[in-house]
Amino acid sequence: MMKKLMLATAVAACAAGSIAQAESLRWARAGDALTLDPHAQNEGPTSALLHQIMEPLVMRDMSGAMVPALATSWAPSEENPNVWVFNLREGVKYHDGADFDSEDVVFSLNRAMTPDSDYKELLASVKEVRAAGPMTVEIETDGPNPIMPNNLTNMFIMDKDWAEANNAVKVQDFEGGEETFAARNANGTGSYKLVSREPDVKTVLTANADYWGSGEFPMQVQDVVFTPIQNQATRIAALLSGEVDFIQDVPVQDLQRVAAASDLKVITAPQNRVIFFGMNQGDDDLAADDVEGKNPLADKRVRMAMNMAINREAIKKVVMRDQSIPAGIAMPPFVNGWTKELDVVPETDNEKAKAMMSEAGYEDGFSIRLDCPNDRYINDEAICQAAVGMLAQIGVKVQLDAKPKAQHFPLISNLETDFYMLGWGVPTYDSEYIFNFLVHTKGEKYGSWNGTRFSNPEIDAKIEALASETALDNRNQMIAEIWQVVQDEQLYIPIHHQVLNWGMSNKIDTIVAPDDAAKFKYFKLN
Amino acid sequence: MLAYVIRRVFQSIIVLLVVGLVAFSMFRFVGDPIDNMLGQERTDADIDRLRTQLGLDQPFPVQYVKFLKGAAEGNFGVSFRQGRPVATIIAERLPATLELAAVSGLLAIVLGVALGVLTAIYRDGIASNIVMTLSLIGVSLPTFLIGILLIYLFSVELNWLPSFGRGDVVQVGFWSTGFLTASGLKALILPSITLGLYQMTLIMRLVRSEMLEVLRQEYIRFARARGLRDKSVHFRHALKNTLVPVITVTGLQLGAIIAFAIITETVFQWPGVGLLFINAIQFVDIPVMAAYLMLISVMFVGINLIVDLLYYAIDPRLHSDKSAKAH
Amino acid sequence: MIDSLQRAWRSDFLWSFSRSPVAVVSFLVVLVMVLGAVLAPWIAPHNPFDPATLNLMNGFSSPMEPNAFTGDVFWLGTDDQGRDVFSTILYGMRISLFVGFTAVLFAMVLGISLGLLAGYVGGWVETIIMRVADVQLTFPAILVAMLIFGIAKGFTPVHLRDQMAIWVLIIAIGLSDWVQFARVVRGATLVEKNKEYIQAAKLNGRKPLGIMSLHILPNVLSPVLVIATISLALAIISEATLSFLGVGAPPTQPSLGTLIRIGQGYLFSGEWWILFYPAVTLLVLALSVNLLGDWLRDALNPKLR
Repeated sequence: MMKKLMLATAVAACAAGSIAQAESLRWARAGDALTLDPHAQNEGPTSALLHQIMEPLVMRDMSGAMVPALATSWAPSEENPNVWVFNLREGVKYHDGADFDSEDVVFSLNRAMTPDSDYKELLASVKEVRAAGPMTVEIETDGPNPIMPNNLTNMFIMDKDWAEANNAVKVQDFEGGEETFAARNANGTGSYKLVSREPDVKTVLTANADYWGSGEFPMQVQDVVFTPIQNQATRIAALLSGEVDFIQDVPVQDLQRVAAASDLKVITAPQNRVIFFGMNQGDDDLAADDVEGKNPLADKRVRMAMNMAINREAIKKVVMRDQSIPAGIAMPPFVNGWTKELDVVPETDNEKAKAMMSEAGYEDGFSIRLDCPNDRYINDEAICQAAVGMLAQIGVKVQLDAKPKAQHFPLISNLETDFYMLGWGVPTYDSEYIFNFLVHTKGEKYGSWNGTRFSNPEIDAKIEALASETALDNRNQMIAEIWQVVQDEQLYIPIHHQVLNWGMSNKIDTIVAPDDAAKFKYFKLN
Repeated sequence: MLAYVIRRVFQSIIVLLVVGLVAFSMFRFVGDPIDNMLGQERTDADIDRLRTQLGLDQPFPVQYVKFLKGAAEGNFGVSFRQGRPVATIIAERLPATLELAAVSGLLAIVLGVALGVLTAIYRDGIASNIVMTLSLIGVSLPTFLIGILLIYLFSVELNWLPSFGRGDVVQVGFWSTGFLTASGLKALILPSITLGLYQMTLIMRLVRSEMLEVLRQEYIRFARARGLRDKSVHFRHALKNTLVPVITVTGLQLGAIIAFAIITETVFQWPGVGLLFINAIQFVDIPVMAAYLMLISVMFVGINLIVDLLYYAIDPRLHSDKSAKAH
Repeated sequence: MIDSLQRAWRSDFLWSFSRSPVAVVSFLVVLVMVLGAVLAPWIAPHNPFDPATLNLMNGFSSPMEPNAFTGDVFWLGTDDQGRDVFSTILYGMRISLFVGFTAVLFAMVLGISLGLLAGYVGGWVETIIMRVADVQLTFPAILVAMLIFGIAKGFTPVHLRDQMAIWVLIIAIGLSDWVQFARVVRGATLVEKNKEYIQAAKLNGRKPLGIMSLHILPNVLSPVLVIATISLALAIISEATLSFLGVGAPPTQPSLGTLIRIGQGYLFSGEWWILFYPAVTLLVLALSVNLLGDWLRDALNPKLR
């Protein structure tokens, strides 16, 4: 009752102050945000919801370009190359009416650097965050960090006083056994206010009438009702029957049906995410194969033969129904360091691949287990299944082990898989992010997702040096050199770049954001 | 009597402890929560730190004892996924499941008994043969497929009923109910049919066969011979005698309905404890899984206990059976 | 004495069978399906379990229509991986029936043994067995399946993984089914064991094992047979449900249930045949077994005849 009443009053209050037509948008996707605490979870659906309510200093617009949000301008300091200076937006208010200033930025970034924060790696190079005035913030890093602003696009700012008053200074505390207030309540500066939230059931937002960007953004969606719907068939049924207006993950097989419906449409755009297979090339013997005392994947010719056996075009045509971009490199095209030449799709050539297999001494092939998630990427299990058939053509007998992501990902981090599927999104739009996690030798600080056991001290040194290389030309040169080694070594078998499919009612007018984060302030309704 | 009750209660507690132990031991095989809790950008050092913080590095018996201690105080810990006390989350979600289970159960009993009686009376009629066959078709398809087919027909093609969720709910104290709004009632239809179908068939067949058996017994023939009207024979005498087994089975099935609501809730995105549990499995949210399993076990064991005690109270033969066993 | 009894029972049984068209038709359907499953390697046009023979470009072919890329024609179309649906159904049925039969057999053996033991020995043995039965009822099959799955994974060598999934299903379904058998057998044992002929056999120095298997067991065969038939249908359905929840047969060696799970993703997209044919096969199979079980119950229950 209480909630409904609140909703009613909030709607009435906002409708009065807004010029835009009062339209509500019912939004569904497979998963809910995990929390509303801005620094507890660095995860797609979580930041997608938070982006409606809260804002970072710098954000990406719907096309992926960096645009000012709570900071109006930023530049490296002229006196000290290790310092970035951010000038903050004047006159911004939180939903509860409090004023936004540099104190909140210092507080929020420091909060994001605490051990419990999920964002601390992005701020690993930060030495100090300080207020240089009420509307100026300085971020000092260990060495010069040319891509600092790229790391801040999901780094939400919260009100210091609010956090202190509500005992939410600490990020999620599991030990204490108490719920952090910030996990279910949010007080941001964003375009939408939180009206009510039941995790996994329903979240209601309403437009912020006092939003600083009211004049700048269309702001035509008045209320947002967000419901996660897990089951794919149910989700598509809800869109087809008009019970929701917008779903973010239309299964590729249903695109035509949705597009054919008179009141629905599908829009499509490449996502900033690449899908690939990783291979254990470092161990002397594999646990998941039938070759005794030897590691077939350690032989570069085997890796190259396997790469050659994958028919990416067929996967695109049949499994993905043209909704993918075949890849020749484990790097999305959005990323700094990507070139057309690197991303040339290898020719499928089973004869040549077989020849290479026998050259390596595996003319009879071998058998190996492929670990694959079945609820993480678009058609992940079907892609793996298709790969099983293709690798069988060159004698590699693959046992597919497809399982939920909660069981799949620990295999990679615990080095318990020798052949696995992984997808990688690059929020910083820079190669360094990929190298840090996927190429550097696995260790405490780096290489946590590198399941290939690849280890090259020279490359490691180069990757570490990228963080403080300020001469962009030099830096790009280093990036190109690292990629050359990754490609030559056939470290990964790239499959494709994912394509996003948003299904929606005809009344919505938007483009697809490459990071899959719909920001409703950009949505137009007609 | 008292000794028997005490012994039976004691046994039930042991059963609960065993269920808890089995449930707890399987969590290690469901996956590892750490990777879900930390994002893409975690380091190996983070993994170790969080594992220690959550006590997941401790030996399994230590974790179990800790869990039992907490559970005894009504504290099931904090959900790894939502960061909120598990007891609160379950209390929020339970009304949705109980309402769905109640409607499904009611549907199953009312339709099951009615159809069971009719098919027994008109044993060789065409209609009752059709009903019997249709009911078999209903249990010859997996529940999830029936749910999806219902959605396809009634939501997408006909656009009559909602495909997901509970509709609008009204908060009455701590209880959120969908019974008081039109959309809430409409949302109940498809899921409760999906969930209740199996039990309906079960009850219908049970009532039918019990009825058939009773109708052939001497006293019914005698009643007929006395000139009592059919209706009176069927309902006053025959049906009454079938009720004891029906009530027993229904009681035991109630627990089953709640447990197997998992699938229906997943298909219809019904925000109950079953869906909560499936989400918990996917996320390896150990505290939620443990609490859910304990809840279901308490329910089952409780129902079992009550049924047993009722039997003991009602049926004197059991007493002699016990004494017979003694020698 | 038992021999002559059984002979009479059998002839009576057959007579009643031949008089029931439903029973005859169901039996024939089940027979044809079992034969189709057993003979799948010889009658199926393709071997869908051999990944090397698949051509992905054949995926999503409509029934009886040439594929747009390869021109191949498939009777019942192909699925998302280019597998011939007809062949896949035959092979899938093989797995479903194997899982069903073996699981029921497992449940039956376990349930009968424990039921006899509980009923005959009594005391704390009975208490433990029946309380374990309570625990068992508490655990939905999916949880049992996941538990066993996880444990088994640690012990199975890689190349046996796919077979392992099948055995996990069998054990999981069997474990959730044995309670019924145990309860019926225990009940019957309690009734029988105080009868005079058992007491006489005891006095004659018969061993408990002999008494149980020779005297008590024959008395419970009819209800056990009925439960087994209905359990078979249930096991086939359970297998399908488990694969919906992701703990079923591996997608590279799909059972009927796995096929339905895959097919339900294409319900809205117009590729109806991927769902329709496996679902109809499952329906006909389970329905026939259920009808057979129904008739069996009536036939073996003399009170109702």
